[in-house]
Amino acid sequence: MVAPLNELAFQTGEWLRGSGPKEEIVMSSRIRLARNLADSLFPHWATRTHRGQVLARVESAVKKSKFLKESLFLKLGLLTELDRQFLVERHLISRDHAVHPRERAVVVSDREIISIMVNEEDNLRLQVLQSGFNLREAWEILSQVDSELEPELHYAFLPEWGYLTACPTNVGTGMRASCMLHLPCLVMTKQINRVIHAITKLGLTARGLYGEGTEASGNFFQLSNQVSLGVSEGEIMDNLEKLIHQVVEQEEAARMALLNQSREVLEDRIWRAYGTLRSSDQMTSNQTVELLSLIRLGVDVGIIPTLDRGVVNRLFIQTQPAHLQKLEGRSLSSSERDVRRARLLRETL
Amino acid sequence: MLCDLCGKKEANVHLTEIIDSQSRELHLCGGCAKKKGTAVGEEFGLSGLLAGLTDLGTKKGDAGKARKISCPKCGMTYEDFRKSGRLGCGVCYQSFRVLLAPLLRRIHGSIQHAGKRPPVISPAQKRTRTLRLRKLDDQVKLKVLLKKAIAAEEFEQAAELRDQIKELKSKSAKRGRKHGRPSE
Repeated sequence: MVAPLNELAFQTGEWLRGSGPKEEIVMSSRIRLARNLADSLFPHWATRTHRGQVLARVESAVKKSKFLKESLFLKLGLLTELDRQFLVERHLISRDHAVHPRERAVVVSDREIISIMVNEEDNLRLQVLQSGFNLREAWEILSQVDSELEPELHYAFLPEWGYLTACPTNVGTGMRASCMLHLPCLVMTKQINRVIHAITKLGLTARGLYGEGTEASGNFFQLSNQVSLGVSEGEIMDNLEKLIHQVVEQEEAARMALLNQSREVLEDRIWRAYGTLRSSDQMTSNQTVELLSLIRLGVDVGIIPTLDRGVVNRLFIQTQPAHLQKLEGRSLSSSERDVRRARLLRETL
Repeated sequence: MLCDLCGKKEANVHLTEIIDSQSRELHLCGGCAKKKGTAVGEEFGLSGLLAGLTDLGTKKGDAGKARKISCPKCGMTYEDFRKSGRLGCGVCYQSFRVLLAPLLRRIHGSIQHAGKRPPVISPAQKRTRTLRLRKLDDQVKLKVLLKKAIAAEEFEQAAELRDQIKELKSKSAKRGRKHGRPSE
């Protein structure tokens, strides 16, 4: 196990702070940029040697960067499967990046604000993750890191088609802007399908908690732009912000309606969830996410005033399998994890 | 949850089968799902959908010809791109320009970049930065082709390529000695 990685386990990513704009509904905002080196091949088409060369070039560019001064450069091939899973749970790398670790790496900045996957689908996948509804600040940081690395790495770029990417769906700005929304009341009032259907028609994509190909769990939905060519970064964010504002308003209205019309029922569900989490001996990860979602709602609408939102946010991450095993310092079977998870929840809540 | 079939591994494929209007839920591990021929999802991904769009802009009959075009830098053919949904290098965008333009228009509704650009640079820097149609070192190109042949299980071709690489290596080693340089 890599020592610096253990330090991560005991700190909290900036995005889990729970105090950004509209934080009661928008958990986090993320911007990612896809970039490739002009004179190299895209990772899936390159030989191992070639990918190794790209890795070395990126490592040397990162060392010179002032934005990434305190960052960790983690070569995935040198990490255990557990460590890689741990990085996935923290939203620092994708599942695909964890499954194929050879000649791949991730750069993690101080407080996990910036991370860069090296040799995933593209040579570079740069991302900034912020707490709350905060796309502009994320873009500001990311654009500076991007501009700082460019003279060192020389990105593949064509004036008419923009930044060139392995998959033509990312070409142009190479940008995917997304927000993680917690929408329990739109789910309870069965309006969520209508909302998702509408935003999909307007050029957004809805995904689950862990991005592409994952199901929505805990009433979390990740909304992002689809188009990356022909629009500027500002326009992408404008469009996303406008639509997300509307979704947030819909969720707020649903929360108000539930509080006005069936407050007792809602309070009962939330306190039962709280009670279950505080007094169980075993807890699966699916159950935990569903119950924590209710608790978070309880905090957001003032039903549980004593609990801090940041604590609930952290529990979503800390109760995941790899995090529990890091906490315990050894590998745990599925049933051992359920016991350890329940203990962590009891102790924290 | 454990797999319904083997009862050993964690189930990660969840299926609802409807037979004679009776529905039944099945939870399988990756291995059993594959055996049952139900490894859904993977096959029907982005690449599959893209492949359906990649013949846009080609006339009937031209499509076959178009697929044989290959990128001079990385050796990827348009057919390879159709299969994987991913291009091989930046130069592919120039090599398949005519075929890609309608595809990009279909995906993005535009074919003109409107966002951030790298800073304006001096001509000297430009030489190193612009995408060059410079051919890759023969050895590298052969290695890419070898990888491709192995992936396609075309072992005879792979063996041939391996021999060619060996030959090139020994040639360059000899050249190196002649010029007093250490070999690779």
